Amino acid sequence: MDVVYFAWVRERIGVPREQVESEAATVTDLVAELSAREERYAAAFSDLSSLRVALDQELSDFEAPLAGVREVAFFPPMTGG
Amino acid sequence: MQVRVQQEGFDLGAESDGFAARVSGVGAIVTFTGVVRDADAGGLVAMEIEHYPAMTQKALEAIAAEARARWSLADALVIHRYGRLAPGERIMMVATAARHRKHAFEAAEYLMDYLKSRAPFWKKEILTDGRAGWVDAKADDEDALSRW
Repeated sequence: MDVVYFAWVRERIGVPREQVESEAATVTDLVAELSAREERYAAAFSDLSSLRVALDQELSDFEAPLAGVREVAFFPPMTGG
Repeated sequence: MQVRVQQEGFDLGAESDGFAARVSGVGAIVTFTGVVRDADAGGLVAMEIEHYPAMTQKALEAIAAEARARWSLADALVIHRYGRLAPGERIMMVATAARHRKHAFEAAEYLMDYLKSRAPFWKKEILTDGRAGWVDAKADDEDALSRW
């Protein structure tokens, strides 16, 4: 699947987008998997309460299943307007 | 209903006139314009607005459609910019048209509250001393949604 990052999450992880091969069942599982890979992920994902997630461009939550999802986005709370 | 996400600026007068010309049978049109404000301590050079292109348009359309249905709006307009903006530049505008002003005002406030917390934009402040920082979402902004 594609994983995309925005704002400080993108800066901390160091790339705006990447392809991730994963069997993670939920967003939380994916976060745990990435965090175990490298320190930069662990740093970006250290406080999930400061993060939001969108699945295929729809706001979702960390318990949501990933089956069939093509794009996962991680970002801080939005500041539009 | 019109939703535009764009880098370039917009002509407030032309947008307001164009919006008014497209609606009929209404008694009230409300427009709101958001402007890049200087940092609290001063010294803002620019505001960089990042967004999630694949999601932004559809998120804004969903918010505008909800406002339109809820307040029986004749029409709604949302323009939101991204990219690097200088203090004083316009970031965004909304316009709502309804039979009565209460509905037009409420719908505009609703749009603003949702744009703040549910549209995928992030602001970064670039300061004169070289520092830069992401603008944090405020708890108040999230709380504002609960009134709707």
